[in-house]
Amino acid sequence: MSETPVTSSVSKGCFVFKSTSKKRKRHVGVGGYLVDGSDDNGSDRFRICQKLWETVQMNTEVIQDQLNKHVLDSLVEFIKKHDLGNSPDVWRQRSSEIPTAALMLGVNVPDHAMTFRSLCNLLQDSVTPFVVSVHAKECAAVKLLIHKLLEQLMGKGVSVDEEQEDETALLQRTQCTISALCQWYKTVTKKCPQVSPQRKANLKNNDLPRSLPVVVIFKDFEAFNSQVLQDFILICSRYTQELPFIFIFGIATSPSAIQHRLPHSVSSLLCIEVFQSLSCTQHLASVFDKLILNSQFPFKLSSRVIQVLVGIFLYHDFSVQNFVKGLQFSMLEHFNGQPLSVLCCQKKEALLFAKTLSQKNVERIRHLPSFMRYVETQEPQEQVQLLTSDEHVKDTCQKLLKNLHKYHKNYYPILQCLHSLTSLLPKFPLGKHIRELHVSCIEKNLWETEEYDSAMQLLRILAKDELVAALEKCAEILKSAKTKRMQNVLQQVEDFIGRLEALEGVTSEESTGDGVILEKNRRTDLFQLQKTLLEKESRRTKRVNPYEVLRSQVIEFIDSLVREYLTPAELQPLSEVCYYSSSAVLRQRLNVSPRTSIQTALSHPFHYLQNESLKTNAGTISSAAPDLCIVYKLHLECGRLINLYDWLEAFVTVMSAAEDQDADSEEKGKFDSLKHARFIQAVSELEFLGFVKSTKQKTDHVARLTWGGC
Amino acid sequence: MSVTLQCPGYPEDTLRSLADRLPCRETQLTSLLSLMGQPDQYSYPSVFIYGHRATGKSHVVLTIMKDLELPHASVDCVECVSGGLLFHQVLSAFFGPDAAALLPRCPSLSDFVRLYKQMSSSTPATQTRYIILDRAERMRDMDFSLLPALLRLQELVNDNVTVILLSEIVWEKFRPNTGCFEPLLFHFPDYSKAELVQILSWDHHPSYTPELYASYINILLGVFFSVCRDLRELRHLAVLNFSKFCEPLEKGEAKESDIHKLWKNIEPHLHRAMQTVYLREVSSMQWEQQQMDEKEATTLRGLSAHAHIELPYYSKFLLIAAYLASFNPARTDRRFFLKNHGKIRKTNFLKKHEKTSNHLLGPKPFPLDRLLAIFYSVVDSRVAPTASVFSQISSLVTLQLLSQVGHDDQLDSPKYKCAVSLDFILAISRTVSFDVVRYLYDFL
Ligand SMILES: Nc1ncnc2c1ncn2[C@@H]1O[C@H](COP(=O)(O)OP(=O)(O)OP(=O)(O)O)[C@@H](O)[C@H]1O
Ligand SMILES: [Mg+2]
Repeated sequence: MSETPVTSSVSKGCFVFKSTSKKRKRHVGVGGYLVDGSDDNGSDRFRICQKLWETVQMNTEVIQDQLNKHVLDSLVEFIKKHDLGNSPDVWRQRSSEIPTAALMLGVNVPDHAMTFRSLCNLLQDSVTPFVVSVHAKECAAVKLLIHKLLEQLMGKGVSVDEEQEDETALLQRTQCTISALCQWYKTVTKKCPQVSPQRKANLKNNDLPRSLPVVVIFKDFEAFNSQVLQDFILICSRYTQELPFIFIFGIATSPSAIQHRLPHSVSSLLCIEVFQSLSCTQHLASVFDKLILNSQFPFKLSSRVIQVLVGIFLYHDFSVQNFVKGLQFSMLEHFNGQPLSVLCCQKKEALLFAKTLSQKNVERIRHLPSFMRYVETQEPQEQVQLLTSDEHVKDTCQKLLKNLHKYHKNYYPILQCLHSLTSLLPKFPLGKHIRELHVSCIEKNLWETEEYDSAMQLLRILAKDELVAALEKCAEILKSAKTKRMQNVLQQVEDFIGRLEALEGVTSEESTGDGVILEKNRRTDLFQLQKTLLEKESRRTKRVNPYEVLRSQVIEFIDSLVREYLTPAELQPLSEVCYYSSSAVLRQRLNVSPRTSIQTALSHPFHYLQNESLKTNAGTISSAAPDLCIVYKLHLECGRLINLYDWLEAFVTVMSAAEDQDADSEEKGKFDSLKHARFIQAVSELEFLGFVKSTKQKTDHVARLTWGGC
Repeated sequence: MSVTLQCPGYPEDTLRSLADRLPCRETQLTSLLSLMGQPDQYSYPSVFIYGHRATGKSHVVLTIMKDLELPHASVDCVECVSGGLLFHQVLSAFFGPDAAALLPRCPSLSDFVRLYKQMSSSTPATQTRYIILDRAERMRDMDFSLLPALLRLQELVNDNVTVILLSEIVWEKFRPNTGCFEPLLFHFPDYSKAELVQILSWDHHPSYTPELYASYINILLGVFFSVCRDLRELRHLAVLNFSKFCEPLEKGEAKESDIHKLWKNIEPHLHRAMQTVYLREVSSMQWEQQQMDEKEATTLRGLSAHAHIELPYYSKFLLIAAYLASFNPARTDRRFFLKNHGKIRKTNFLKKHEKTSNHLLGPKPFPLDRLLAIFYSVVDSRVAPTASVFSQISSLVTLQLLSQVGHDDQLDSPKYKCAVSLDFILAISRTVSFDVVRYLYDFL
């Protein structure tokens, strides 16, 4: 709570909090680091990258706030309802139940922080200043939990009112109980109504604000010790008359976790209502729409990179936050590693940079694969020009950049149209999510894939109303696209819609028949579908009706759009400027495997040290290797328990192998105290790395902790 | 019902009203009062009152204290996270907060006794002082010397003080050690059905006749008595459903004498309540809301209806692997996860104790290595042993889908148990189209 920023605004709403100055300072340092790279426009790249990152951050926060709005509003509603619900009707004394909201957040724990932050802000702005949020980590015992509660609540009271300070200090010194909190609450609420005018404004509609509830947010309910929770609830329920508690349980799994954690005697003290927050896949989809499928955002990811990032999301953590982090990392890598990324910005700026490209960068452009492909397609004299004249390259570069921007502007609307059409189809031959479609489009020629064929075939049997609805959706999408070509396409689509509607009545029965088949087939398998399709096909040849003619025209039209606009991004000249494609690096960095790296380092020291003398044949142990590596390799040959003395002897043998030639034979095999010490140190290092540990099973032995490897 | 209580030293009309306000507890009341004796007489040093939940232990004792205006300190032991808090509350109840402030930071028992003595010597007790320790079973978790000392506090501080312990647990489970002072034991028996009716009918709704309310309570108990005898719960249920009971009356469809009609109206409703509100599947607020909206359809989804959990792909497989490791004997892993294991039948494996179903015995702990080995063989693609896989295991632990056993040595092959049910695992494996039953030893 202490780190949540406060707004000066009186109204409630979504606020964007820029990162604090402390972070900036560090970034400047990074900027300086980038500039060092001589004439590569390092600072420009850094500036662009930073600006892009800020848009990313802002967009993600706005998205989250939008998506969370519903659940947060209903939570506030719930709290207000209970605030009033403590009615003075004496006969119905439900008051001993503590209102509890079970907030289902999904297993993507890293994303919860942001939700809780906006929840806290919202509650403090519109309901009550008394909001406390606690983490399981800091509450291992009831005492600590209560302490946390008091600290967060009464600490705030002090800052509001100066003269109270010594009084609360006294309270804190002596007592850490809920009854102390009760006392404090009474004194604070007595004068509170005058204190906060903004709350008053909010509460004007409910005649008299009865009491300000104390909201306790348990951020990670599952992680709490159940005994602590039970005791805390028991204690709090004793004070419900004086202290209107409201609990919010942040639950990652399912509401039944409450029943598992709390026995009936305790859960009967709560009045639990469930609130479902947005699902993480939905959240990812919105982030994807906003940041990746958006022509306004110049930085792009290649299909492989998208697959890596989405893979991490789907296979490992479900965390949108981590996805955005991955995006940030790709951005940093791209702007750091690709000098030409200076052109990866808004069109106007990019053209400006293209005009002033340095000679080095022109040379880099010439070496871009996509540019080389482009050169090959040109007339011979043009080719010569491109290879010799820097000025000409700059001009062409501007032209190509314009084309690239145009390509993106047309690509996304058409992609969305195609998705809105194919997402109607059973079994989603082109993918359920637009990101899957996007990945296959930028990777290869979509129209050459089997999936595309089957999708087109399925589209060919769409019923009329479905087709019209889909086309209308397309028209809607195209309306927001600004380019001339898209307006043209829109015109054509609307024309098709008009013609389809003009067919009214003529073929209604036929078309609905098709629809029914489609409907039914949603549940049967694809093979059967194809069979009926073929039958249909053969029947269709017999009697062709106007709807079918028109339908195949529509499909032809869509097909032509796909072939024209959904070409793979890699084929676009200069695509390397905007597309980050080092998926291997990304995978290595984001999905690390520490154990493998440690094992590599230990068994192949050359890999990291790059020292020629360490190159060895597989299986042999070089005495030149660091002691740790030798000890490690020797231990691989042992069983579960390792005799230290044998190990030492083996170690000394390896060590003295190098000295063989010049040493006396009698000295060989013996070990001096230096070797002994080195051995001990190496073994303790190995223990520190977690490969062995001391054991009490057998004297002078250590136990091995890992298996396999080498 | 006016039992004339004969207790010299206490005002008579208060005693009478006391007896009226505590129906069905007359015998307990009389014996308690006679035990307490006259206000200025010394009483028995410690009394231990036990009985099930909501049998009126706290209620009776506190009502006596309040109505007779006796000096008392009432402490709930759940709240006393340390002994110091208990001392503090007792001292401030008897001698005011100033006295309590004299306690040092982490007061010991002797500090308390010293301070108590000091205080009581300046203000000696004119009436017996009572220390009431509710949920005294929590005392067992506190300092072991505390309970024996409190039992003979009278002796220690040399003051007219009596300690009353209230608990749901019998004294045998308390007895700290031999030679400790035996308190006077007092049992509060469960209420019978008739008694429950009598007590519950007490708080009838002001706008209806007591008779009507009594018949309502009778119907309510008819449904709930077999599952719940907790007075608090029953009262809660009575309040929640009364408006539904009165609905025909409000609408003019029935008269108060039409008990049968009212019964027909309320009975199915109560049965539904038993499966929902009573189990806290549905909150009381939602229940009332539903009653008001008159939507009979069960639109409300209970807590356990949301059992589905979305998990990342590998987490699902990790959980499946953990389940298999928990419920299959380790020896059978070869049979399930080796490609060509040969023909090994179940009977060859069978050891005597394994004839019983592993599912009946509950999950068994397994080491991390085994979990990963099974994981790699059930997951359909090659997975690198990345940090994310390991962190997924630990997040499964925080989500309490797995539980870690033996916390002492985290580095050295930690052991886990799978904490989810078969149904849950079946649902999870269906989403990744993995036939988990084929791999379970119990279903071979
Ligand atoms: N004889 C009675 N007459 C009226 N009300 C009663 C009677 N007995 C119990 N109650 C009511 O039942 C409720 C529960 O009683 P009480 O709190 O005394 O139970 P308890 O035995 O202390 O339970 P626990 O062991 O859970 O503390 C109280 O709210 C009290 O008003
Ligand atoms: Mg009690």
